[in-house]
Amino acid sequence: MLTERIPELTIISGKGGTGKTSLVGSFAALAKNAVFADCDVDAADLHLLLAPSILETIPFLSGHEATILPQQCAYCGACYEVCRFDAVIRTRVRGEGFHYRIDPLACEGCGLCHLACPSEAIAFTERDCGVYHLSETAYGPMVHARLHPGAENSGKLVSLVRQVARKIAEQSEAGLIISDGPPGIGCPVIASLTGTSLAVIVTEPTVSGEHDLKRVLALTRHFGLPAVVCVNRWDICPEVTDRIEAKAREMGAIVLGRIPYDRAVTAAQVAGKPLVQHSDGPAAEAVREMWKALEGMMAEGLPQRSFPRSLADVTG
Amino acid sequence: MKIAITAREARPDAEVDPRFGRAACFVIHDTETDASTIVDNTQSLNTAHGAGLQAAENVAKAGAKVVLTGHCGPKASDALAAAGVEVQEGHSGTVPDAIQAYLAGAAT
Amino acid sequence: MKIAVASGKGGTGKTTVALSLALAAEGDVRLLDCDVEEPNCHLFVRPEQEDVLPVNLRIPVVDEERCRLCGKCAEACEFGAMAAMPNRVLTFPELCHGCGACSFVCPAGAITETPEEIGEVRLSRTDGLRLVRGLLHVGQAQAPPVIREVMRHAGKRGTAIIDAPPGSSCSMVAATRQADFIFLVTELTPFGLHDLGLAIETIEPLGIPMGIIINRVPDGCDGDLGTDGRVPVMLRIPESRDIAETCARGGTLLDALPEMRPKFKELLRVAAGKEVSPC
Repeated sequence: MLTERIPELTIISGKGGTGKTSLVGSFAALAKNAVFADCDVDAADLHLLLAPSILETIPFLSGHEATILPQQCAYCGACYEVCRFDAVIRTRVRGEGFHYRIDPLACEGCGLCHLACPSEAIAFTERDCGVYHLSETAYGPMVHARLHPGAENSGKLVSLVRQVARKIAEQSEAGLIISDGPPGIGCPVIASLTGTSLAVIVTEPTVSGEHDLKRVLALTRHFGLPAVVCVNRWDICPEVTDRIEAKAREMGAIVLGRIPYDRAVTAAQVAGKPLVQHSDGPAAEAVREMWKALEGMMAEGLPQRSFPRSLADVTG
Repeated sequence: MKIAITAREARPDAEVDPRFGRAACFVIHDTETDASTIVDNTQSLNTAHGAGLQAAENVAKAGAKVVLTGHCGPKASDALAAAGVEVQEGHSGTVPDAIQAYLAGAAT
Repeated sequence: MKIAVASGKGGTGKTTVALSLALAAEGDVRLLDCDVEEPNCHLFVRPEQEDVLPVNLRIPVVDEERCRLCGKCAEACEFGAMAAMPNRVLTFPELCHGCGACSFVCPAGAITETPEEIGEVRLSRTDGLRLVRGLLHVGQAQAPPVIREVMRHAGKRGTAIIDAPPGSSCSMVAATRQADFIFLVTELTPFGLHDLGLAIETIEPLGIPMGIIINRVPDGCDGDLGTDGRVPVMLRIPESRDIAETCARGGTLLDALPEMRPKFKELLRVAAGKEVSPC
């Protein structure tokens, strides 16, 4: 028996602070039968809008970290020689030569020192990187996480959050997964995009927003992922909005819509509610329209690793 | 020819595990003898990094030429392709369902 | 001294503040753009000519003639960047951290390492301001090695202003850990304040002194964070459509509000006073 995969929408932005989480909050309230994943694991905010009740919290152990056991250390310096991350710190002790210790924040967790140590003086233990939560919200199940401050492996935690969300979606026969992605284009963003159905990119009409959009669209193209773009607070600078939309089309993305500047967005955040539940103002109206367009695209079948030029090409 | 099917339990009639890398185990089905064996995948389940690659190594070592699963990640797909193993995604239901769907598809 | 500008939440105004500090500082000033995934400082500084230095990782190459298929390399790799299939060993360069564990354990001497470019550091000088910016190539996952390369250009003398990436993970720490003082930029929204808390939690263990800058403070609001005041608020920047529009078009905060220049000079002076003395 062959079945369709449950589609997943991933909201990303390149530049931070363009309104990803506010948009996801509203999509969550508008979607029927969806599961939500907060993939911004080192600055997660979606819970501030969806008010989840946590059902289960699971530790996230990932990778290893090295520690020198002083009783066994022969002070040979092999670890210091091999480490490529400047994580072995050498201090001169009067009359005893050098002593060594490992800086946990610099340690990459590669284990080379552990392999190179002739005295078995380096412990290589599992690293506690954070937790993830399985939760229930008024709009559907949610998976979210908390990376420990400064921790590594955020990409792995993102993959895990998405895997768990997909499993819940399959078990509960949900029709859709909506993921709130992190800013940037690096490891956690790549982990958020791998295998998703559609990237929804939120940007803003500033020179930074424009610059960052080009990089994030280059990334979705690199992965052959279909992308739609919307410009938030478009009226702050209409001429940059026009430039952004033209660039987005040129790079093969679909322009989904524009959201006007509206104080109701911050007011909804202060009230701890999705915008569309809090306001019927112009921004909320624009978001509802965009959701309708997305639903239309999903009903027609999302583009598969191709680059339609405009919404009209998809919806006919 | 041997076919590997991702399974939720260590039984030849178990449900198909939709995940490749983090599947509970693999049923290895020999189409010539109609015999099935089980390959454990807990080793991959417990790796922090690259569960898919570990699973791909396990399947290739078991001698399978085809993998039937729900979804297989890009790294594992590359690894399987390099070892000459074909991957067919989108399978669900039970392991025998998947074998039947594959054989029916392969016949046409 | 090195002054970093960070925030938990993105888009709160890190680049705006970092630029203002760099433009207000005197003497030998370097602006280090460590937001290597999405660097923006150059859009405001507009350098005409940049020297480009590649940032490489050392990626393994397996000599199939020598390889005995023993699988020790894949076993040693902590990052899942190698797979030992029965007929050959595969490498996945995008997962490789360039640590060298695979070539260290290979009993056949079959693994050599070759540099792979994952990003760039670009150096320029515009009106006396030196800009050092890191750029992670699109499709590459690892920002920290590029950030570490940028930080190698911080210099020992003068003032280095570091524009850090958002968040509270390894990238943010890589950009801030060598700083003598860190400004945290926030806005008075629930998201801004929540992520400010995360940023403080991340930096506190590093023992680096911090100060808060509140951006986009609405008219008539005193900009109170309602926190315990562990970290002092050092500056409030008003909310204004004028500033938003100026910065949207590539202008700086000091273009929109020149009267703020002395305030940034004062911030630099205070930060210098709190500099941790070398031990």
